[in-house]
Amino acid sequence: MNSAQYSHQASVSLQDVTVELDGHTALNNVTFDVDAGTLMGVVGPNGAGKSTLFNAIAGLLPVRQGKVTLHRVDQSGGALAYVPQRESVNWRFPVTVTDVVMMGRRCRLKWFRRPGKRDRELVKECICRVGLWDHRSALMTELSGGQRQRVFVARALAQEASVLLLDEAFSGVDAGAQEGLVEVLRTLRDEGRIVLLATHDLTNLAGRFDEVLCLNCQVCACGPPDQVFTPQVMEKLYGAHGVRLATDGGGS
Amino acid sequence: MDVISDVLVAPFQYGFMVRALIVSLLVGIMCPMLGAYVVTKGLGFMGDALSHAVLPGMVAAFLIGINPFLGAIPMGIAVALLSGYLIKRAGVSADTSVGILFAGLFALGVVMLSFTRGLRVSLEDILLGQVLGVTTRDVVVTAVMAGAVLAVLYLLHKEFVFASFDPAGASVIGLPTQALDYLLLALLAVVIVLAIQAVGIVLVLAMLITPAATSFLLVRNFPKAMFTGSLLGVISAVAGLYLSYHYNLPSGPSMALLATVIFAVVVAVKKAR
Repeated sequence: MNSAQYSHQASVSLQDVTVELDGHTALNNVTFDVDAGTLMGVVGPNGAGKSTLFNAIAGLLPVRQGKVTLHRVDQSGGALAYVPQRESVNWRFPVTVTDVVMMGRRCRLKWFRRPGKRDRELVKECICRVGLWDHRSALMTELSGGQRQRVFVARALAQEASVLLLDEAFSGVDAGAQEGLVEVLRTLRDEGRIVLLATHDLTNLAGRFDEVLCLNCQVCACGPPDQVFTPQVMEKLYGAHGVRLATDGGGS
Repeated sequence: MDVISDVLVAPFQYGFMVRALIVSLLVGIMCPMLGAYVVTKGLGFMGDALSHAVLPGMVAAFLIGINPFLGAIPMGIAVALLSGYLIKRAGVSADTSVGILFAGLFALGVVMLSFTRGLRVSLEDILLGQVLGVTTRDVVVTAVMAGAVLAVLYLLHKEFVFASFDPAGASVIGLPTQALDYLLLALLAVVIVLAIQAVGIVLVLAMLITPAATSFLLVRNFPKAMFTGSLLGVISAVAGLYLSYHYNLPSGPSMALLATVIFAVVVAVKKAR
């Protein structure tokens, strides 16, 4: 892929972001920055606001206070790619791997236009990059959890996105496939893209991410994984159980 | 050759049968095209409910003496949009709010029908369809509306597919997913109104979901399922029309029954393999 073309210099910056959902505060004064070429894990318990955070970054939820800024991203609409939670996808809808990756080209095409030769070549390249060319005609429902995630990553590549948001990307994905997914994400990080991955799985965070954002409606900590997982932070995240997780080596 | 001309050609010496054939073909094509979305998006109840809810619009058109389409199509689109809104906003669950709205509108339509005494309107024809009674104007309206729906489905195919499969991902790249949902419901309303001529309010669902569901048993890919469903829809509609002509059966139920038989045969053959 022509990486130079996308000059992934993007950065994401949130300043005092507060988001309300159904009358309660889902995110409270969230502030952090992510620079180009970062693979960041967003961890926190269920209901900590991880999906809300992604929706706010993607512009799908109104921000009540504060500001989300995407620096140096292509404003045509394709710079940001979203890998949905398993539950938000309609798996009854029969689409093949190639169909899904081609969806990534949609934002580069005008309304009513059909994909051309260049789109098809790029889609092929993206499917090959995530190692699923042999499965290109398979239906999404025929793939394992890890393969499905890789298809969505290929879609983000086809979209030429600089920022990838993966919501609960490890749920329903076995440990081996999780490593495979992280490996693909590292290559994207190395090209200068920003990858944010929300998970409530604390296994091997240090081995996987450059930085970790600990979220529980507010930012409890943000930084390199070996520095953020102190007992105090774990308690803020998970209450009394968190302290035990920290001392048992969770997050290491 | 005699058999062919007696069975297949002879019915079409009558103008009403030619008109019925054209409407049956169009309904057979259109219903499964939309039906593919209905089946995969779980809109079956919505389809059934919409077909009942257009009744007041149809009856109002009869009462003021205009073509029933002119009442039913705007009514269908309005109700589709309203129900789309209710699903997203109402405090009660989606199927409950849709159910309340549609049962109420159907009841209103039936009550309004009692004011049509003296007019040639049959509740049975509205409920079960009477394709043999369509006028030339009905044929023209059906063809124009079917063409318009097909054009929208073709032009917005990739958007509809993206938003149906992954609404969140589609919103992130800036697709107006809510507007696409409303548009799909409006198209559904139009197709339902067209199909009511052939199979009536009660049996619209048979043409809408049965051929589409059968096609998903036969082919895997979504566009192919749309076309296979249409082929099955056309077979059910046209064969139903012949049955109705030769054996003096009601046309709508014949079509619906054939669609169901094809579905049952495909399921049985698949199980037997």
